[in-house]
Amino acid sequence: MIVSVPKPMDEILESLSETQRVFIVACGGCPVGCKSGGEARIEQLAKALSESGRQVTGSANIDFLCDKALVGTRLGYYVAELKEAQAVLVVSCGVGVQATAHMIDLPVVPGNNTLFSQGMQGLWPSQERCAGCGDCILDLTGGICPITMCSKSLLNGMCGGQHDGKCEVESDRDCGWYLIYNRLKELGKLDNLKKAPRLRDFRKLDVPDHERGTTRWALEKPVVYQAPDLVSTK
Amino acid sequence: MREDIDEMSKLQKSLAQGRFTITGEIGPPKGVDLSKCLEEAAYIKDRVVAINVTDNQSSVMRVGSLGVCARLVQERIEPIFQITCRDRNRLAIQSDILSAYTLGIRNILALTGDHTSMGDHPGSKPVFDLDSVSLLMTLSTLKSGKDLAGQELEEAPVDIFSGAVVTPGCEPLEPQIIKMERKVEVGAKFFQTQAFYDPRVFERFANQASKFCVPILAGIVIIKSVGMARYMNENVPGVFVPDTIVKRLAEAPKELRAKTSIAIMAELIREIKPMCQGLHIMAMGWEKYVPELLDACGL
Repeated sequence: MIVSVPKPMDEILESLSETQRVFIVACGGCPVGCKSGGEARIEQLAKALSESGRQVTGSANIDFLCDKALVGTRLGYYVAELKEAQAVLVVSCGVGVQATAHMIDLPVVPGNNTLFSQGMQGLWPSQERCAGCGDCILDLTGGICPITMCSKSLLNGMCGGQHDGKCEVESDRDCGWYLIYNRLKELGKLDNLKKAPRLRDFRKLDVPDHERGTTRWALEKPVVYQAPDLVSTK
Repeated sequence: MREDIDEMSKLQKSLAQGRFTITGEIGPPKGVDLSKCLEEAAYIKDRVVAINVTDNQSSVMRVGSLGVCARLVQERIEPIFQITCRDRNRLAIQSDILSAYTLGIRNILALTGDHTSMGDHPGSKPVFDLDSVSLLMTLSTLKSGKDLAGQELEEAPVDIFSGAVVTPGCEPLEPQIIKMERKVEVGAKFFQTQAFYDPRVFERFANQASKFCVPILAGIVIIKSVGMARYMNENVPGVFVPDTIVKRLAEAPKELRAKTSIAIMAELIREIKPMCQGLHIMAMGWEKYVPELLDACGL
């Protein structure tokens, strides 16, 4: 199981500060077990967004958002609602947020922080996409993760090693920040690159034992993952 | 920012007074004999305001930038302490900044740094806890009397003069300009550029960068040979040596090669001089030719 926990609601609202109309996509896979996805989370988020004066144009609960093809097919049923929206709030692990971003031309906003994946890369396994940094910023980076896509895991933009869109460490490896730049340009969100500099909080990588539980751990450890109650909506 | 001119580094003062400002660069050795790098510094010290000391350049382990900067201070040569984010976390970097200050070092150039896999210890851990932007922010934070954790410093390093780098020939240029803007916002007070060999490349860059109103020292790497030109074209991101230059070097007789190099660089400098506030000369072992080059440019 990939463990993801809800971001604090004020952080989500901050990411949506320039957005009035929101479509919600929830994962019906692992996050249900973490109480960070599924129908219950959609309901809770829809309520909080309405209370903040925003309009929820629609929502979709999709089993395993990490299955990129499935995300595309299922979101196909919601074209009208998606067209109404200015951004899509995604509650899943980082892989699901990236799969959603890959399938639609709208900015995505992660509603969860991914804590721990124990190597599990979901059902879009072509490459490592989520490192479980515990502090998801995919809303700022056009749904492309700088931690996994940049060889230096830089948070504040392209370094001087970029050449022809490639990374200095390997001639055929894409520069993650080049991909992010192009994606933000397409979305009309280049201003995201000008946001205040970020520092990583490496404490978030040190996941407490009770949150590290996977099905395999459960065989060996008396502690299994116990999701906290849903965060309050205020 | 401190306005008291007496407290400024020579570099800061020169830029504040609007003088055309020239800096140089030396690289520490792999081993403990500093005589060669001090000799390189001696060739240029009277022609430049300050000298950069590289920080494990190209991810190759050498004597540290801090140590050689401190030595330059002893020799009454003003250093520019290059700090990369590759080898140290935020504790070590902040600590080194404070150490540098106590040793009389004021100018600091913030870089992200090459990846460890590019150098001679390719299996070592690439740190990058900070990057060039967050390092500049760190310098500003320390200057303001606090550390990155928000703790008060007993005495703030108020006279730090922070600089950064930018690549004029970067394709696409837009993300470079955006990052440059962020660097200015978080405290970069001067820029030294990556090398370029086409004045039009610099002009395109300068037209976009001038809006930041921060002094730009144009990066000059003396092309010593056809082989070096080819190496740079193949291996240095954002740097392109045009065929015309390669051809002139190739056609020059061996005994005139250095003269030809200097002539080529002098032409470039004369063309770009009106578009920048100074030069950053990276002679890479050809320090002895720097006075001749500057004479040829009337500088």
